[in-house]
Amino acid sequence: MSPLILRTASDLLRPLLLLFSIFLLLRGHQEPGGGFVGGLIAACAYVLHAIAYDVAGARRALSIDPKTLTGTGLAVALSSALLSVTLGKDLMTGVWGKAELPFFGPLELGTPMIFDVGVYLVVMGTVLTVFLELRGD
Amino acid sequence: MRFLTVLPIALPMATAIVCLFLREHARAQRIACAAGATLHLSVAVTLLCRVHAKGIQVVQAGSWPAPHGISFVADLFSAIMVVLTGIIGLAVALYSVRSIDNARVSLGYYPLLQVLLMGVSGAFLTGDIFNMYVWFEVLLISSFVLLSLGGGKAQIEGAIKYVVLNLISSAFFVAAVAVLYGLTGTLNLADLSRVAESRALEGSLTLPAILFMFAFGIKAAIFPLYFWLPASYHTPPPAVAALFAGLLTKVGVYALVRVFTLVFVHDVGVTHGILLVSAMVTMVLGVLGAAAGRDVRRILSFHIISQVGYMVLGLALYTPLALAGTVFYIAHHILVKANLFLVGGLIQRAGGSYDLKRLGGLSSSHPWLAALFLIPALSLAGLPPLSGFYAKLTLLAAGLQSGEYLAVAVALVVGLLTLYSMIKIWQEAFWKPVPADAAAVTPGVTVHRVLPVAALALMTVLIGVCVGPLYALSREAGDQLMDRRAYVIAVLGEGR
Repeated sequence: MSPLILRTASDLLRPLLLLFSIFLLLRGHQEPGGGFVGGLIAACAYVLHAIAYDVAGARRALSIDPKTLTGTGLAVALSSALLSVTLGKDLMTGVWGKAELPFFGPLELGTPMIFDVGVYLVVMGTVLTVFLELRGD
Repeated sequence: MRFLTVLPIALPMATAIVCLFLREHARAQRIACAAGATLHLSVAVTLLCRVHAKGIQVVQAGSWPAPHGISFVADLFSAIMVVLTGIIGLAVALYSVRSIDNARVSLGYYPLLQVLLMGVSGAFLTGDIFNMYVWFEVLLISSFVLLSLGGGKAQIEGAIKYVVLNLISSAFFVAAVAVLYGLTGTLNLADLSRVAESRALEGSLTLPAILFMFAFGIKAAIFPLYFWLPASYHTPPPAVAALFAGLLTKVGVYALVRVFTLVFVHDVGVTHGILLVSAMVTMVLGVLGAAAGRDVRRILSFHIISQVGYMVLGLALYTPLALAGTVFYIAHHILVKANLFLVGGLIQRAGGSYDLKRLGGLSSSHPWLAALFLIPALSLAGLPPLSGFYAKLTLLAAGLQSGEYLAVAVALVVGLLTLYSMIKIWQEAFWKPVPADAAAVTPGVTVHRVLPVAALALMTVLIGVCVGPLYALSREAGDQLMDRRAYVIAVLGEGR
């Protein structure tokens, strides 16, 4: 049996969920949201795919091993924490830089944001590792 | 180099990341893990030297001033514990090279091992009670997986007991933190120590104190909360068992010592009185369980319990000398106990079994193994000139000084029974002729297994032969633990 409605819905929802997860990640700096919930929703996009199709299909759609996502996320988070140390400050001190964007005006970027990106990747990778393993190939 | 204080946390994390990326290459992971563990140990030793030379080291994470941010504090006790973590981490990494099969490695054994070391180091270095809870969770979650990884039925059964009891303990821990925060409005240990002295709180701190005692008591395996330990510690492979036996219960002891010297000293008669009774019963029941055991690893597991009793005894006496004894005892115990579990693995390799009935004749077939067993075994029992003798001597002297003659008597008798149960292993496994139903032996006692065992045994002997430096260090650490004011000033600054 091929669940046609679920498959169609998951194909449509996946890009939306991924976009929404990034929106939540960026919003999380000042308002409710953040890397954790963003990562969960990004994982949901692929979980939905695995339920509608199969695990192998979800792995293909992801095109990267979820464990690599976890490792990358950990590395990103650790390096954001260590950046301040290379500048002679204490661990995890926020380091901020300003960028001037055309149309949008000034944009402030800092290590807390990078740390959150790391959290996003770790959560997404871990949830997908657990889910895809439990669901089996 | 203030970064040095948090480097023992960052380094295992970096090693875990490297191992995670190398997950397809078992050999490369083994090398990376051993290299990471070596670095971790050298960083820890550097940190200890620095703390010894310059006093308590403090880092405020994110540059948020204490008590608003999270402080990382390395005093002598913390630094000594981190060094011990480094030693055990390295020994286990080396022992794992041959003894942990590729199936377990491909399931993520090495990243988990490093995350565990990160959690343990974090728990030792943090100066914030809630952050300590977080580190406990880090080390517990990795320990859950390590305990059940690649195991059969028995291992899963042991893991379930371990997980359930530790989850209960964590629930108590977080509840205690909540109550404490509600009463004091702060989570920073130094700030807690300062606030706890105020008259307004008198009496109301006993409730969180008891909750903490319960939470850490489960983790440290003291009476009446120890029953999970012998039910789970004998199931995993020897390298994992050594890590757990050496390190993990001692994190609970560390946490007990930390909060009951720094924060909860308002009513020593009640809190430390309970600890004293609990310590004595723990010693006796643990050693009785060991004396009755028939399986090498079960005997060793029960010994952990009775030894934890000695450490808590030092805390309960609450004098500088007694705390020095606790620090010395923990240092001695971690080395010896991890070593005994590794030797247990060697006995299983050489004799084919952990069951004393099916072992025998090892002293003639593996005389060097007999020597390697005898050193930590006699040290555990407290025979001179090994490390255990001085550890017990310090505690007994402290007990006599405080006039706790009953505790001293109990400690002496328990020492004798420890010797009895060690001699039992010796007689059954080494001296007895090979029994008729001896298990088949799988050859494979390799240098990777023997090297860490021999190195740990050598440390035990060295501590015993030149006891001066470690004893002096323990005395300093004990004095530092009693001097709460210095800790508060180091973290919060002058004028608080």
